[in-house]
Amino acid sequence: MDFGYQIFHSQPGSRLMRYAISANRLRDGLVVFFAPGETWVEQLADARLFDAEAEAESALERARADEKKNLIVEAFVFAVKAGAQGPVANHIRDAIRATGPTVRRDLGKQAAG
Amino acid sequence: MYRYDEFDAGFVKERVDAFRDQVARRLKGELTEEQFRPHRLMNGLYLQLHAYMLRVAVPYGTLDSRQMRKLAHIARVYDKGYGHFTTRQNIQYNWPTLADTPAILDELASVEMHAIQTSGNCIRNVTADHFAGAAADEIDDPRPYAEILRQWSSIHPEFSFLPRKFKIAVNGAARDRAAIQAHDIGLQIVRDAQGEIGFAVYVGGGMGRTPMIATKIRDFLPVADLLAYTQAIVRVYNLEGRRDNKYKARIKILVHEKGAEWMRAAVEAEFAAAPRVGIELPAEEVARIKAYFAPPDLAPRAHSLAFEARRRSDPAFAAFVASNIAAHRMDGYGIVTISLKPIGGAPGDASADQMDAVADIAERYALGEIRVSHEQNLVLPHVALEDAPAVFDALAACGLATANAGLITDIIACPGLDYCALATARSIPVAQRISQRFGDTARARDIGQLKIKISGCINACGHHHVGHIGILGLERKGVETYQITLGGSGDETCSMGALTGPGFSSEEVVDAIERIVDAYRMLRTDESEDFLTAYRRVGMQPFKEALYETSKGADI
Ligand code: SF4
Repeated sequence: MDFGYQIFHSQPGSRLMRYAISANRLRDGLVVFFAPGETWVEQLADARLFDAEAEAESALERARADEKKNLIVEAFVFAVKAGAQGPVANHIRDAIRATGPTVRRDLGKQAAG
Repeated sequence: MYRYDEFDAGFVKERVDAFRDQVARRLKGELTEEQFRPHRLMNGLYLQLHAYMLRVAVPYGTLDSRQMRKLAHIARVYDKGYGHFTTRQNIQYNWPTLADTPAILDELASVEMHAIQTSGNCIRNVTADHFAGAAADEIDDPRPYAEILRQWSSIHPEFSFLPRKFKIAVNGAARDRAAIQAHDIGLQIVRDAQGEIGFAVYVGGGMGRTPMIATKIRDFLPVADLLAYTQAIVRVYNLEGRRDNKYKARIKILVHEKGAEWMRAAVEAEFAAAPRVGIELPAEEVARIKAYFAPPDLAPRAHSLAFEARRRSDPAFAAFVASNIAAHRMDGYGIVTISLKPIGGAPGDASADQMDAVADIAERYALGEIRVSHEQNLVLPHVALEDAPAVFDALAACGLATANAGLITDIIACPGLDYCALATARSIPVAQRISQRFGDTARARDIGQLKIKISGCINACGHHHVGHIGILGLERKGVETYQITLGGSGDETCSMGALTGPGFSSEEVVDAIERIVDAYRMLRTDESEDFLTAYRRVGMQPFKEALYETSKGADI
């Protein structure tokens, strides 16, 4: 059984680092990502990526409008890196949010599709 | 078994209806998240990493088959087919939706269950020995007292906004299986010289960031004074406990800062001054509650030949008997621990089908009674030894017959970073890897009693401080690292584990545990000296040497 987890670690500010916005959907609590067209999607692969952290932070303001509209809660910016199968969250916590429990590969995002 | 009286049923229904209304208003946008969050938490609903999490109270860990089936039903219909039994003798669901939660609470209420006071700065679910009412070494059943405390503390207006959460545990046997000295208040049932039942009262224990062993402030408290004295403790805490710093707000810090003598005097003064009307426990009321927990009508049974024959002929059954069946107070019966720690599994998880199977087995062979232990296992408290082979076979058929209760693979682990929003590292995968390393083997049995407890952050839900071997997952520069403590114990010889030294990476930690265990096997006087006893005899140093010994010279 493989309990390991591929973790990317590069220094923030690295040329390869990009940024995305995530939140939890109010109604079911599931993890969602801010996407092109200012919508929310369930897969990180479909998320909008920002080249600069400042750019992501200003988009976060717009994303937060959806907190007021009671669509999502707890929006935040996090760092991602390009991986072979699309963007991968840089920090393990965000990576687990984006995929699902590492101990239940049949659950969460990783189970879909 | 205790059934809600009419007051409770009406009250729980009111609470569910109120929450349904709050959820509807939240979804419509009439309540903001800030306004709604306290209501959500008061009903046991947290927002975790992947989804909401609902924590359902199992008061003092006692369930019946009907309730267990309901928990299975909820797992199947509203969740992803499983639940997680916790170190607080609760069950958590990891994937409920906000919109469904009122319906789940309705389902729970239909079997006299709820999620109230599983969160917030109030008196939480009162815990008790999971062998209560069955153990051979029991002085008195702790559950009636836990129930009296539960009723008294439920939505107690004076104690709904304490400086921090407040946990009470009651133990009724000589052996402390409820870890009372690691609780805000620990009550140990004792008898005085006249044979009267009462409590030794411990205050200010706790784990988390600042682990402390409780101080005994009373050798003997008469039963009639249980609530008055508890009230005095909570009042002193409510008044004097620190509210300026969340990390210093538990009663243990108050006891530590002001001293045990001050605490004892303050509690006794408050206890002496407060009027007793309405808080003294009349003997009739104690008797009324006790009647709900009346011991089952078991007749002693003769030695079971079928049991002995199976034990002699089937090593798997013999191993199960040795580790998972404890002495019952009645001849011919045993207490069966159902391990929720299959080799390589997630500690405390049970599928809906397994919950249903346990409900059926309990109904058929164990008077329909089930317990949840703080060690994240289930217990059938009353099983005739004659039936033990059938129980074993039925458990084996649903993957629940792992013969490892109390052994190295019976690991406690909190949800950690796989689920928990507060976590700094994962804990379940570490438990799984240790479990796989030692497996269901002769070596694991030779190691004997060894409690490994793992927490995914400093909050210590995995009780690592009182693990014989404790593991604390932390984050260093974005990477999981694991600190190891040795020599902790949650029983009547309570001690907090001592740190071995620098932490280990995720890759190293299982090897580190194995080195500690190998060192123990070298160091023990013989097989009868368990890990904790050996550690207490030889101290940290030899383990440190085994753990941090570098391969000096080996590569010459
Ligand atoms: S110890 Fe930390 S990581 Fe584990 S369940 Fe408690 S809060 Fe979460």
